[in-house]
Amino acid sequence: MNACLPTSTTGSGDKNPVDFGEFVRARGGRGSIVAQPRMGFSDPSRMREGLIATKNADATTVGTLTLDSYTRVGDHEAADTALREGLALNGYPIVNHSTETTNWVLDGVRDDEFPVQVRHGSATPLNIFASMVKLNLNATEGGPVSYCLPYGRVPLQDSVRNWSQCCEMFTQLQDRGIEPHLETFGGCMMGQLCPPSMLVAISVLEALFFCHHGLRSVSVSYAQQTNLDQDIEAVQALRALCAELLPTVNWHVVIYTYMGMYPVTDHGCERLLSTAAELAVATGSERVIVKTVAESRRIPTIAENVQALEHAHTSTRVVRPGVGGSTELANSQTYQEARALVHAVLNLHNDLGQALLLAFKQGYLDVPYCLHPDNAGRSRSYIDGDGWLRWGEVGSLPLGHLVAGGRSRRITSSGLLDDLSYVRRKYDEEPSALAVGV
Amino acid sequence: MSIQIFDDNSTVTASRGTVVVSGVASDAHTWNLVFLQLMIEELGYDVVNLGPCVPAELLVAECEQHQPALVVISSVNGHGYQDGMRLIDAVRSSPELVATPVVIGGKLGVAGELDEGSAARLVSAGFDAVFEDGAKTIVPFYDFMAALPSAATPLPARTRVAV
Repeated sequence: MNACLPTSTTGSGDKNPVDFGEFVRARGGRGSIVAQPRMGFSDPSRMREGLIATKNADATTVGTLTLDSYTRVGDHEAADTALREGLALNGYPIVNHSTETTNWVLDGVRDDEFPVQVRHGSATPLNIFASMVKLNLNATEGGPVSYCLPYGRVPLQDSVRNWSQCCEMFTQLQDRGIEPHLETFGGCMMGQLCPPSMLVAISVLEALFFCHHGLRSVSVSYAQQTNLDQDIEAVQALRALCAELLPTVNWHVVIYTYMGMYPVTDHGCERLLSTAAELAVATGSERVIVKTVAESRRIPTIAENVQALEHAHTSTRVVRPGVGGSTELANSQTYQEARALVHAVLNLHNDLGQALLLAFKQGYLDVPYCLHPDNAGRSRSYIDGDGWLRWGEVGSLPLGHLVAGGRSRRITSSGLLDDLSYVRRKYDEEPSALAVGV
Repeated sequence: MSIQIFDDNSTVTASRGTVVVSGVASDAHTWNLVFLQLMIEELGYDVVNLGPCVPAELLVAECEQHQPALVVISSVNGHGYQDGMRLIDAVRSSPELVATPVVIGGKLGVAGELDEGSAARLVSAGFDAVFEDGAKTIVPFYDFMAALPSAATPLPARTRVAV
């Protein structure tokens, strides 16, 4: 590892980094996308190599430092042991690597044309934010709900408190003339089988949470689900609610390529990624998080990531922009459900953190199949005959007036597996079979 | 794609015992755990699902409390080998859990499949079986479940544990 250490620490620390949000908004949208990988390696040389390859890809890109899962859960000791024993981690341990090492990773790579975002997934991210502030790393993602409920055992109350503190720590960068940027992960809850209106609602609520804690540059996520038409409706609803509710104009939408069980064939993977790019173009979304052909098998290589970035970029050229903006879409079922959820939560308490806690306690927000003790666990979802994600059970969600009741079906392991693997099956079908449907 | 488990699992009335399903300390994935819970319930067991990101100490405490017929550890984030080695030590250090069947499965290594030596090391460290991710994994897992001694001697019915 010593060979990787820098000879000087000048460079990335000298100049204030660009605002990630402004950068993306200037280049993405209106039919163009900024493509981003989910790349992270524990070895600094490999991490640097990955960033350089992302930067040099034939696409408009931003860089990613994805952290490892020991760092995510705050087990820095385990990350340290792995580093000492030379065991590969599934991401970059930003808290364990020295400031000098990370500055070396970024030196001459991160610049005005290539901002870098830190991605982690932690409900206890104080150490991660402290490292980012020290390194002038001014873009990350997450949220008090989306980085807590699906992933662990940290009580939601602790996560809300931690994320409040982290937002405040992060906005200290503003005093140094640096604009911090936060992206919601709320649009990706559970990766799959969460009805789009819930994804939209949590994404909007987390963006509002960030803004209430002083962030001025935010982005809202939405993860591709099971049907393109439904996804277009959802992203239009997301855009409409952001325009209505966010107290800043510096926001953009990031589309995540499908986060669930991924196709195993190359053609399936590529087609699913193309559809995500198509979704972005159709809705004027500015940024796309890509997935690779190796996704279903293992952590992808740098070359596979570059290939995916370029494939997403190429896909946008064959799609025409402009489904967006119609009044029909703006008043869609997804919009009405998401709006009802958001307003029900906002009405619970003036403090949004408290409102979120109450919302989960009362079941106004309830994420299907989420095992976290603070999730009511009374809502269920399923995929209907047209491939749209629907509510099977709404529990106490304030959607009674919008969702037809009466449907209740027993969830079996085989039924769940069918729904979980729906997208994989659909996209792994032979290309010729797909072409017939086009 | 659908996997038929029992032709008619509604005939199963008495619980065969309790199975603890758990993720490992650093793994945030949950769909594997939701699926396993449903599947094992359909086999007639009560399931205590500890969810994702379970520290070894919590796993040990829950197992000591529930005295399960089986402990199923599932990991798909690539740290399964490392986390598995750490947790099995903790489990086997508990005098109450020396003989409890404990299995691990999923995607256990960063590079995809484990080498043969790693699977063997997990077994020598105290796991009763290792089920690596793959299309046919489910069959040996069913075989293993069917061979559990408790399956032959159903316990009295008990209250199911809610998800």
